[in-house]
Amino acid sequence: MESNIILQLFGDNIWSYLIIVAIPLVFVIIYALVAILGELKVASWVQDRLGPMRTGWKGVIQPIAEVVKLLQKEDITPKNVNKPLFNTAPFVMFVGSFAAFAVIPFSSKFIPADLNVGLFYVFAVSSFAVIGILMGGWSSNNKYSMLGGIRSAAQMISYEIPMALSILAIAALSQSLNMNTIIELQNGGFWNWNIFGGSGPWYKLLFLPFTLILFLIYFIGSLAETNRTPFDIPEGESEIVAGYHTEYSGMKFAMFFFAEYANMFVVSALVTIMFFGGWQSPFGDFLNDPIMQIVWFLLKSMFFVFVQIWLRWTLPRVRVDQLMYITWKVMLPFAFIAFLGIATWAMLKP
Amino acid sequence: MGNYFSNISAGIGTALVGMRITFEHLFSKKVTRQYPDTFHPIRDGHMPKFARNRLYVDMELCIGCMICQRNCPVNCIDIKTIKAVKGDPEAFKKSGDKVTLWVEKFDIDFAKCMFCNLCTEECPTDAIYMTQEFEYTKYNRNELIYSFSVMTDDQIAAKTKLLEDEKAEKAAVAAKAAAEKAAAEKAAAETESGEAKS
Repeated sequence: MESNIILQLFGDNIWSYLIIVAIPLVFVIIYALVAILGELKVASWVQDRLGPMRTGWKGVIQPIAEVVKLLQKEDITPKNVNKPLFNTAPFVMFVGSFAAFAVIPFSSKFIPADLNVGLFYVFAVSSFAVIGILMGGWSSNNKYSMLGGIRSAAQMISYEIPMALSILAIAALSQSLNMNTIIELQNGGFWNWNIFGGSGPWYKLLFLPFTLILFLIYFIGSLAETNRTPFDIPEGESEIVAGYHTEYSGMKFAMFFFAEYANMFVVSALVTIMFFGGWQSPFGDFLNDPIMQIVWFLLKSMFFVFVQIWLRWTLPRVRVDQLMYITWKVMLPFAFIAFLGIATWAMLKP
Repeated sequence: MGNYFSNISAGIGTALVGMRITFEHLFSKKVTRQYPDTFHPIRDGHMPKFARNRLYVDMELCIGCMICQRNCPVNCIDIKTIKAVKGDPEAFKKSGDKVTLWVEKFDIDFAKCMFCNLCTEECPTDAIYMTQEFEYTKYNRNELIYSFSVMTDDQIAAKTKLLEDEKAEKAAVAAKAAAEKAAAEKAAAETESGEAKS
C-alpha cells in the first residue's frame, strides 16, 4: 500500500486499479515504438547507413508508420491451421510478457503489485512465452513454424536453469524475493549495487568475480529467453523462414512483435533490479526522490535494451549444438560455482 | 580441459572485440547519399564513356533519312516526312544546307527504347545522340513518348499544300503533254490516212 502512489491518491477502488493496469500498458506501447526506432537506427548506424530519414525529423515517426501499416494489413488465417490455438497464441505470448510488468518497480512509490515473491513471479510468467510460441508453431500446420516452436521451447527451457540459479543467488544475497526489498538493500551509491556484492565492508570485492559471472549468465540467458541474436535460432530467417510466426500476418504478427519488445524490457529491468540497483540513484541520496527514481530506472533499463540491440548487430547466430553446449556445459557449471561463492558471501556478510 | 577455459575466454573476448568494432561504426561517417536531395557526382560530367541514357534529336541536323527508324530493333522511333518542293525559299537550315525532307513527326517512345545505341551509330549527320539524363520517371506511359519535331501544325499544312500543289502542277503538265502527244498522234494518223485516201 505505501509503495503505491496511485492507491494513496485515489483510494482503494476499482478505478485506481484500472489506472495501475493502464500505466504499464501505455508505457509498453510508447517504449515499443522507441525501441523499434532504436533498433532501426542502431542497425543502420552500425552498418554505416543513415536509416529511416523521410518520416518526420530524421525519421523519428517511422515506428508509428510501421504500426499503422501492420494495422492496415489483411489478417490472414490459413485454411488448415488449428483456428482456436492459432488465434490465441499471440495473445498468450503478449499476456506472458505483459504480466511481468505487474511486479516491476518503476520507482519506490510506484510498483503495480508489491508481491513478496516478485522475482519468482516474473520467472513463472515469463515461461508463458514458451506456451505461446509452441501454440503458434504447432497450430500453424507448417513445418518451419513447427521447427521454430520446438527449437524455441528447447532453448527457453534450457536457458531458464542457469537464469534460475543466478536469481537464486540474488535471493540468497538479499534474503528476499520482493523487488522493493532487493532494491532498497542496494541503496547508498553504485558501490553498494549487487554487481559489487551489495552493501558491505571492502572485502566484498573478493566476491566480485562471482557477481560478474552471475550477471553475465543472467544477461546471456535473457538474450536466449527473448529469442534475440545470437540466440535467435527459433526464428532464424536463413534456416526456417521466420520460425513460429511464419504464418502470422497483420495484427497478430504485431502482437508477437510487441511481446518480443516487451520481453526485452522485462529482462533488462530485471538485470537492473537484480544487479544495478533498480531505481536507486548511483550517487547515494543525490537526486533520489520518487520522480528521479523513474528516470534512473528507465535510463538503466534502456541501456540494457540498447546493449541487446547492439549485440544483435554484432554477433552472428549460434548453431543449435553450440546453443546447447553453451547452456549445459558452460553456463550451468559456472552458475553453480558462482552461486556457491555468493552463498558463502551471504553467510559471511556482517 | 585447457581448451574449455581458453574457448570460453576466446568467446567472450571476441564478442567484446566485435562490440568495440560495431560501437566505433555507430559514430563513423555514413555512406548513404540521400538521393533526391543530393546527387551522385555522375551528373557533373563524370558519365562513363559508353553510358546509355535518354536519346535526344537535334532537329537542325536531322535530314529525315529514317535510317534510325529502320535500325531500331524495337520500333520505338516513329518518323514522318514531307518532301520539300524545288523552289521553296525557306528550305535552308541555319547551317546553309538545303532541306530535301521536312521532318513532320519524330517521336521516340522511351517505354519501348532499350538503349542499344544502334540509332546513334548509323546517323549520317550525328543528329541523334544520348544525353546525360537517366531519370525521367512518369506517371503515365504516354508521357514517355517524346516528340522532337519542331514543326508547327501550320507549317506542316503549308508544306503539305506546297507539295500537293507541285504534284498537281506536275500532273497538269504531264496531262497537257499527254494531250499534246495524243493530238499530234491523232493528226499524224489523220495525215497518214489522208495520204492513203488520196
